[in-house]
Parts: sequence; C-alpha cells; structure tokens
Amino acid sequence: MNIWITIIIAGLLTFATRLSFIFLLDRIKVPDWFRRGLRFVPVAVLSAIILPDLTSPNGTLFLSWRNPQLLAGIVAILVAWRTRNVLLTILAGMAALVVFQVVLGM
Amino acid sequence: MIAKMRKHEFWSGVRDEAPILLGVVPFGLLFGTLAISSHLSSLAAQAMSSIIFAGSAQLIAAQLVGTGASGLVILMVVFVINLRHALYSASVAPHIRHLGTGWKLLLSYLLTDEAYAVTITHYNREGDSPERHWYFLGAGFTLWSAWQASTAVGIFIGAQIPASWPLSFVLPLTFIALVVPALQDRAGVAASVVAGLIGLLAVNFPYKTGLLAAALIGIVTGLLIEGRQK
Repeated sequence: MNIWITIIIAGLLTFATRLSFIFLLDRIKVPDWFRRGLRFVPVAVLSAIILPDLTSPNGTLFLSWRNPQLLAGIVAILVAWRTRNVLLTILAGMAALVVFQVVLGM
Repeated sequence: MIAKMRKHEFWSGVRDEAPILLGVVPFGLLFGTLAISSHLSSLAAQAMSSIIFAGSAQLIAAQLVGTGASGLVILMVVFVINLRHALYSASVAPHIRHLGTGWKLLLSYLLTDEAYAVTITHYNREGDSPERHWYFLGAGFTLWSAWQASTAVGIFIGAQIPASWPLSFVLPLTFIALVVPALQDRAGVAASVVAGLIGLLAVNFPYKTGLLAAALIGIVTGLLIEGRQK
C-alpha cells in the first residue's frame, strides 16, 4: 500500500473513532448504565495511563523504593490532593523526580 | 456579551492546556526525528501529524514503516491503539450534543488524550457553560499547534533536548493533577484504583490493549460500587 494512502486511511480511522459517540449518542438510544458509566471514563482512563508510567518508567515493572518515578509520582499525588493545583503538582513532581534521581544515583 | 464569553472560554482552554505542552513538545520532536530515520519523507512525516494527529499511534506507525510492515498491518495497529478515543468520544458527547455538525467534526478531530483530559476535567468541575465548546476548541487548538510545530522542528532540526531530561514525566504529572481532585466518592476511587492496577499489570499488552481493558474494567467497577450503594 502506498504510504500516502496508508496515512489518509489511518487518519480517517482515527477521526471516525473520535467522532463515533459524538455522532451516535444523539441518534441511538443507549441503556441507562451506559450513561451512568460515562462519569467514570476520565478517572479510569487517566489512572490506567498514570500508574504504568510510574511503575514501569522504562517499559518493565519496577516496583521498588529505588524507582524515582514512583516516588515522585507519590509526591505529586499528595500535592494534587492537598492543593488541587495543576502547576504546583507538575513543579513538585518534577523537582521530586530530579532530587530522587540524584539521591538514588539514577 | 456572547463574544466576550467565547473569548473567555477559548483563552481559559488555551491557558489550562499550556502546562501539558512541556511534556508534549519533546514527544513531537522525537516523532519528527524518528519518522525521518525511518525513511519517511519530511512531507509524509508532517502529514502524519496533521492527518492522524495521535502521538503514540504515529510513533509506532513510523517504526512499522521503517521495518517494512504492510499498510494493512499499520492500519490495524493504528486503529487498535486509538480505540480508547471512542471512550473519550462517549464521555464528551453529552457536553457537546447541542452543537451543529461542523463543530462536532472539528472537536472530534481535536479529541486527543491531552485535550480530552483537560476539557472533561473542566466540564466536570465548572459545569456546562453555554459557550463551553470554545474552551474545548482553545485546549484542542493549543495542543494541535504545539504538535504540528514540534513535529516540524523534529523533522528539520532533530530532537535537541537531551534524552536525560525527564520532560515526558510532565504528562503523567498533569494527569495526576487532573484526576486526584476528581476522586470524590467511593465509586470513583474504586474505578481509579482498579483501572490503575490492571493498567500496571497489563503494561506489556501490545498496542495499548492493556490500557483499554484496564479502563473498561475500571468503569464497570465504578458502576458496580455505585449500584451497591443505592
């Protein structure tokens, strides 16, 4: 397959996936549990992105107090919980990561 | 009056999306550089960023092109990696159902992980203002511009940020900052913990299928806990 055709079809597939329910939800009747489940989408998807990023920073599971990403992530969770502030959470998490990397020598 | 409200919503979206760019730009640089080393032309590499506009899928697609994979394989991989966007689509749909087709097409095109995370958090926190789609547009357009520009720099100059700089860590940190304050009841916490743990265990599933399964099981867990509380 020509690279350009591949790129265009890949773009259309991605776009169709993103449009799917935005287009369909007006036109089909969805069951009640489906609507109630929607409020869990952001916390579930983002948690499923966050945790592996902390515990497997290089692609393999590294559950250890010597894992600087995991420690910095815990710091960020505490800061986010206490302050509810995005910038502070990022700054604290990055600072913690750099400190832990230096301290742990990684 | 309306114009002022739209402007306010748009710029709020731009402002709230801005911090996450710190993590997105290195990713765009990396994609541009990697696409060229996989023997894609500069034009094709930039076209991937504007036509597909999905970071992880582009990165893997470029690698597959480099290894000489067939177009059909690449399409299937891109489709599976991006399936999680159907969840985002369902999640934002109730907030933008009042819009016309043009707006729905535009916002669907801009529905990336990073724009979705910022926008849905804002909608859940602030409630639905009448001009809320302008917030989505501001966040989505900000991410889009940064992605196009960083791809171009990666293509033509190469990734100049040392690999030892842990800037990509800004992405999970931003998501933490968005998720933690949103955990306000037992069902939400259960959905988050279950999805996180399954995501952790399934990290080596190919093409983000672990992420998708983790999210779906997390959502079902939230529903079950919520149902039991009633």
